[in-house]
Amino acid sequence: MITRRALATLAGACAMALAASSGVSAEEKLKVGFIYIGPIGDYGYSYQHNEGRKALEKALGDKVETTYVEGVSEADAERPIEQLARTGHKLIFTNSFGFMEATLKVAKKYPNVKFEHATGYKRAANVATYAARFYEGRYIQGQIAAKMSKTGIIGYLAAFPIPECVAGINAYMLGAQSVRPDIKLKVVWANTWYDPAKEADAAKALFDQNVDVITQHTDSPAPLQTAEARGKFGFGQASDMEQFAPKAQLTALVNDWSEYYIERTKLVLDGKWTSTDTWDGLDKKMIVMSPYKNMPDDVKKMAEETEAAIASHKLKPFKCPVLDQSGKEVECKGEGTLSDEQILGMNFYVKGIEDKLPQ
Amino acid sequence: MSYELVLFTIVTASTPFLLAALGELVTERAGVLNLGVEGMMAMGAACGFAAAITFDSNAIGVLVGMLAGMLTAAVFALAVLGFAANQVGCGLALTIFGLGVAGMIGNRFVGLRRIQIAPTEIPFLSDIPFIGKALFSHDIFVYVSIILTVLVAWFLSRTRLGLMLRSVGENHVSAQALGLPVRRIRLGAILFGGACSGLAGVYLSLVYTGFWAANITASKGWIAVLLVVFAAWRPVWLVVGAYIFGAASVLQLHAQAAQLGIPSQLLSSVPYVVTIVVLVILAWVHGRNAGGPGSLGNPYITDR
Repeated sequence: MITRRALATLAGACAMALAASSGVSAEEKLKVGFIYIGPIGDYGYSYQHNEGRKALEKALGDKVETTYVEGVSEADAERPIEQLARTGHKLIFTNSFGFMEATLKVAKKYPNVKFEHATGYKRAANVATYAARFYEGRYIQGQIAAKMSKTGIIGYLAAFPIPECVAGINAYMLGAQSVRPDIKLKVVWANTWYDPAKEADAAKALFDQNVDVITQHTDSPAPLQTAEARGKFGFGQASDMEQFAPKAQLTALVNDWSEYYIERTKLVLDGKWTSTDTWDGLDKKMIVMSPYKNMPDDVKKMAEETEAAIASHKLKPFKCPVLDQSGKEVECKGEGTLSDEQILGMNFYVKGIEDKLPQ
Repeated sequence: MSYELVLFTIVTASTPFLLAALGELVTERAGVLNLGVEGMMAMGAACGFAAAITFDSNAIGVLVGMLAGMLTAAVFALAVLGFAANQVGCGLALTIFGLGVAGMIGNRFVGLRRIQIAPTEIPFLSDIPFIGKALFSHDIFVYVSIILTVLVAWFLSRTRLGLMLRSVGENHVSAQALGLPVRRIRLGAILFGGACSGLAGVYLSLVYTGFWAANITASKGWIAVLLVVFAAWRPVWLVVGAYIFGAASVLQLHAQAAQLGIPSQLLSSVPYVVTIVVLVILAWVHGRNAGGPGSLGNPYITDR
């Protein structure tokens, strides 16, 4: 990680130096910077953010100029963020939870620069946050998985025990239980966001233990491809991974940041940007389900109906009552559903999950 | 749960480590510390995949992957042999260089898929109950890695050239005084290391996953370097180390899926802990020869 970052930063610095020397005579363009946790070639999370950046360039190319730094490690994020701020970028997006403190620190030093931090919860006058309601897609996946499973055991390949992953697991299980109350769920933590070989091994471990449908919260297509090779089912993560597993991918939970990036950049151009907290899902198409495939028509119909119900806010994945592992009812702080705060800070498993949550 | 399948997975999980570490072992026995394994592996993975897709041939992919590893190693050889540059620095630079260039070459191939190279079943042997499927129905690389280990062990301990290579690694000044071609032997060792790393990389992109994505190596090269140290520079122990590491990596995932209630963070550290403990005990039992080659890492400067 360090190494890729170093090279990318170096390349970025060179590009910036070039831009600085040649851009003087050109029209004053708004410089927008992006900091990515992964390589844009991961074909997953960072790839989708970069697709959003490209859409931004396409939409507002005559008014903006974008720069990105990929493969930035969370421990050393401050330097590349500050470098972007120092080189005249007026709007900077940082795309990982772990960039939170670094983003806030740099933001304090550069009050005239606007920052946008993905999946975080701390804001400032010039720091906004944004995230997508991934758990909405997990609920649909859970329903499909429960219908498609022959063994009655479904799997979840998770990255790290952070609230975002825990909420995903719970939503998946609640979705599955809604169509098949006796469904069983096995969880494996990869303790990495990205390591194709390890992700493949984790998927094999799940399949070897009688799981026949998995979903993944790690970024490479390897688990899905393992499903394809074993004749089992899986779901694409972050981007549509159908070409990696034409027979195994049931649908993919696609992140689409384009609209958000364009909208926020327009606000800066108009001088109307304010620090906000955005958390959109299927309703605003910040997450999109790729076409439902490899399943019978009735399962497809069910998935489409659930998707429509969630998008129109008729169905809330965490509708009350939600029971925790011991069967105790979780206090309901939202209106008929768990509140956003409860979902963002989720640190318990719902009833029916037999695994112990790593603390 | 099928134990055969678990055993099978362990063998495939261990193979890339064994391949890369074997090359590094030979390089280090010749007295050169090449920390660029990660970069060479990435180059092998990217170029091998690119070639396999372009020419629609796995054989060409494998060949190109090995060549890419060798070519990357040649850059390193030029610096440390030609200019007697610092080996640690050059090795680190090679990793950065290799990962970067691999990302660039692979960029056009992101999102493409190739069917993984299939296993070959050895007749009769693969029918042996319990271990047959796990040991004798693998992809060809698994057999190559084992045969290569035996060959390297034999080469280092039983051949004249192997003896020369070891003396160059132990003390390059004496070796030079004896009239041994120090640079040429080291060049050969570095290139062999590159080819092995390239092969390990190809294994990841063509056998393990069937796609290219940046950072596909995910620090596996570094683990290979560490395995060499903990195996006390012995090929046979290297097999033990690589397989223990592979087994622990796979079994910790199974332990999670089996819901034993052990924290996953702790389980994730198991491969490292177990491998280090086993190899340290091995070295301790054997006592002697636990240190590395005498000239390891020292630049070779002649006044001729």
